[in-house]
Amino acid sequence: MLVAVLVVFAAAAAAPWITRWAGRWARWILVLPPAALTAYFASLAPAIAAGEVLLSARDWAPALGLRLSFRLDGWSLLFALLVSGFGTLVVGYAAEHLRDHPQLGRFQSFLLLFMASMLGVVLADNLLALFVFWELTSFSSYLLIGFDHEQAGARRAALQALLVTGVGGLALLAGALLLGQAGGSLEITELLVRGEAVRSHSAHAAIVTLVLLAALTKSAQFPFHFWLPDAMAAPTAASAYLHSATMVKAGIYLIARLHPVLGGEGAWQAVVVAGGAVTLFAGAWLAVAQTYMKRLLAYSTVAALGAITLLIGMGSEAAVKAGVVFLVAHAGYKGALFLVAGALEQATGEKDATRLSGLARAMPWTAAAAAIAALSMAGVPPLLGYLAKESLLGAVLAGPRPSWGAALVVLASMALVGVALVAGIGPFLGRSAPQRREVSPWLWAPPLLLALLSVGGGLFPGALSSSLLSAAAGAVLGRPVAIELAHWHGLDAALGLSVLSLGGGALLWAGHGRVLQAAGRLRPLARLGPARAYGATLIALDRAARWQTRLLQSGYLRRYIVIVVASTVGTAGYALLTRGDPSTPLHWTGARAHELAVAILIVAATAMAALSSSRLAAVAAMGAVGYGLALLFVFFSAPDLAMTQIVVETLTVVLFVLAFHHLPRFSDRSTTADRLRDAVVAGAAGLLLTTLVLLATRSRLHARISEYYLENSAVAAHGRNVVNVILVDFRSLDTLGEIVVLATAAVGAYALLKLRSARPEGS
Amino acid sequence: MTSLILRTTTRFVHPLLVLFSLFLLWRGHHEPGGGFVAGLVAATAATLFALAYGPAEAARSLWVEPQTLLGAGLFAAAASGMWPLVRGEPYLTARWLEVNVPGLGALDLGTPLLFDVGVYLVVLGAVARIVLALVEEE
Repeated sequence: MLVAVLVVFAAAAAAPWITRWAGRWARWILVLPPAALTAYFASLAPAIAAGEVLLSARDWAPALGLRLSFRLDGWSLLFALLVSGFGTLVVGYAAEHLRDHPQLGRFQSFLLLFMASMLGVVLADNLLALFVFWELTSFSSYLLIGFDHEQAGARRAALQALLVTGVGGLALLAGALLLGQAGGSLEITELLVRGEAVRSHSAHAAIVTLVLLAALTKSAQFPFHFWLPDAMAAPTAASAYLHSATMVKAGIYLIARLHPVLGGEGAWQAVVVAGGAVTLFAGAWLAVAQTYMKRLLAYSTVAALGAITLLIGMGSEAAVKAGVVFLVAHAGYKGALFLVAGALEQATGEKDATRLSGLARAMPWTAAAAAIAALSMAGVPPLLGYLAKESLLGAVLAGPRPSWGAALVVLASMALVGVALVAGIGPFLGRSAPQRREVSPWLWAPPLLLALLSVGGGLFPGALSSSLLSAAAGAVLGRPVAIELAHWHGLDAALGLSVLSLGGGALLWAGHGRVLQAAGRLRPLARLGPARAYGATLIALDRAARWQTRLLQSGYLRRYIVIVVASTVGTAGYALLTRGDPSTPLHWTGARAHELAVAILIVAATAMAALSSSRLAAVAAMGAVGYGLALLFVFFSAPDLAMTQIVVETLTVVLFVLAFHHLPRFSDRSTTADRLRDAVVAGAAGLLLTTLVLLATRSRLHARISEYYLENSAVAAHGRNVVNVILVDFRSLDTLGEIVVLATAAVGAYALLKLRSARPEGS
Repeated sequence: MTSLILRTTTRFVHPLLVLFSLFLLWRGHHEPGGGFVAGLVAATAATLFALAYGPAEAARSLWVEPQTLLGAGLFAAAASGMWPLVRGEPYLTARWLEVNVPGLGALDLGTPLLFDVGVYLVVLGAVARIVLALVEEE
C-alpha cells in the first residue's frame, strides 16, 4: 500500500514533464497510475468483503512514534476506490478541459499530488501519518483552488479554504496526540479495541472537541461551510474531484473511522447529529438561491455532506448503512453534474444554469449524463440516488425523533430535487440551440460513466452492497453487517415522503424565478453568516500581528540584536539560577602560553571592534577575532572547525565589504544611556556563556554518547572522521533540518535584496 | 572592479579552489573536510569569480542558477534517506555499497555520501545566491 501511495506521488512529480514531452499521449500516460490503482483495489475487494483487514507497516521515524502503517478494511477500501477510480476519470477530463492552458502540466501534478495524499489519509493506520496526509490534502486543495492565481478572487478563496481546513488540521494533530496518550497507541488498529479506555480518560472531552473540529471544518459542516462554495474558483475538474467526491468527505471518513473509539452517547453524538442536520437544511436551501451552476452544486454538496454526517452521527445500524449508500450515490451523481457543468461552460462559456436552454439536441451525450445524474440526485427510481434517499428516510424515521427528522429531511430533499432539476435538466430543455456543438468525448464520457454507475448501482444493488458497501458499513460499526437494498418496501411512510419531496421539488423548479426573487430580497441576511466571523477574525489577527510587529520589529538591526541576546540571556540565565547546582565547581585547568597569547589577541581585537570609529577597522577587527578562534580550534585539535571558521570569516569580510556600499556614513548617534544598556546586555551574555562553558566541560554526564560515536564511527558508519559521520549519519536528521533552515534563509535574504532593488531609488 | 592582476590570478586560482572543494567533499568522511566546508570553499571560489569578473560571469561559471543548486541539494539530502524505507528501515538509515572501480580500487559508496553532496550543494547555493545578489546591486 505504501508503494501504491508512492507511485502516485512519483506520477505527480513527473506530470509536468510528461505533459510537456508526451504531447497528445500525456493523458494516456497520466491516466495509467490511477487506473492501475483502481484495478489493484478492486482486486482486493473480494478479500475485504469476506471480512479480511490488510495491514502493512514500515517505520518512518520510530523515535517519534511515527510509523507509515496502512490499514485496508471495508471503509478504507470504499474511499480508496472512490479516490483512484474518480481520479482516473478526472485526470483524463482535465487534460481535455484545460487542453490549451499553458499550465496544464502543473494542474495535473497538483491533481495527482492530491490523489496520493488522499489515498494516504484513507489508508493510514497511524494517526500522525494520517495527519501528515490530511495536511497535504489541504495544501494541494489550496494549490488547486488558487490555480488561476492571477485572479484575486481565486487567491482569496484558496487562502480561506487553507485557513479554515488548516485550523482543523492543527486541531487534528493535537487531538491525535491526546488520543495517543489516552489510548496508549497511535495506531488506529490498536485504538479500535481500546475505546473503553479512551472514553473514560480525563482528556476525552478535549479529544472529541479537537477531532470534531478537524472533521467538521474539512467536510464543510455548518458553521464552517462557507469555504466550499468559494472554493469553486478552482478549475471544474478539481471542484468535482476534491470539493464534491473526495476531500470534503475526509471529515466524514475521520468521524466514521474513530466512531468505534470516541462514539456512543453524549457530546460526540449530539454535536455530529446537530451539525449534520443544520448543514443539511441550510445547505439545501442556500443552494436554491444560487444560479451559477458550480455554486449551486457546491451548496447542494454541503447539504449532502450534512446528510451523511447526520447519519454517521446517529450511529444506529440502519443509519450507518444509509450513510454508506448515500455517500457512494452522492459521489456518482454529484461528480457527474460537476463535470457536466464544466462541459457546458466549455461549450457555451456560460456559468449561469438558468440562462442555458435547449442544448439536448446539440449535446446529446452530455445531456444524457446530466439527466441520469439529476434524476438520481432527485431520487427517482430505479436509480441509486432513489435507494440512498429511501435509506436516509428509513433511518431517520427509525431514529429517536422521527417526526422532526422526517420533516427536516423532506424539506431539504425538496430543495435538493429542485436544484437537481435546475442544474441537470433545465439547460437541455426548451427551444433547441443549433449553433452549439457537442464537446469532446473526453468531456462527456467521464460524467456519463459516473451517471451509469447510478444506473448500475440502482439496477443491481445486491452486487454493489455485497462487494463493497456491507464491508464498509461493517468496518464503521465494528461488526459484520449486510446491507439489503430494495426498490419496493410496500406503501410505507418513507415512500410517501419520497414522493412528497419529488413533488415539492418539481414545484420549486417550476417557480424557480419567483424563488430567486424572494432570495434576492433575503440577500442582506447573508452578511450575518459565518463568513463574516471569518473576516472579522482575519482583521483582528492582522491587527494583533501589526501590534506585536511594531513592538518587536523596529527595523533597527541593533534593537533586534538586543532583543535576541537579552531574551537568550534571560531564559538561559533563569534556568541556570533556578535549576543549576550551585555547588558544581567551575572547571579550570589553566592555559598554556600560546593559548593565552591568542586569547589576549582575541580580547584586544574585540575591544578594537567595539571602540573603533571606522567601519572597515571594526570589520577587520572582527576578522581577527574569528581567525583567533580558528587558531584555538587548531590548538585543541579540531581541524574541521578551524577550517570552516577560516572560510566563514573570509566570506563574512567579503559580504561586509559588499554591504558597505549601501550603508550610510558612519556616525555615532547613540546616547550614553543606550551605550550603557548595550554594555550591560553584552556583558551579561559574555558572563553567561563563560559560565556555561566552564560548567559544561565540568559535568561529563553524557560521556557515553561521545564514546559511542568514537567507537562506532569507523566500524558501523564507514568513516574515520567522527565529526563528519555525526553530521551526515548519526545525526543526519538534525543536519537535514539545518540545511532546510539555511536554504530558507538564503531565499529570504535574496527576496529582500531583490525587493529593495526593485524599488525606485530614494523611497 | 577590473583589476588585471585579480583577473589573471582568479583564472588560475578558481579551478584550484573548485578542485579543492571537491577534494574536501570526497575525503570528508575519513579526514578533516566534509560537505559543509567544501561547499563554503566552492562558494568562496564563486565569490572570487564574481569580484574579478562581475556577477554575470560568475553566475555562468556555476552553470546553473544558485537557487537550482539549493533545490537540488535539499532534494539530494532528503532523497538519500528514502532508499532504506524501501527496505523497511527507518528514514535516513545509512546504506553502503562497495564498488570496485578498475584503477581506483574498492570504493565505499553510501547514502551518507549523497547526503553530504546535498549539504555541499545547499551551502554553495545559499552563499552564492546572497553574494551574487549583493554584487549585482553595486
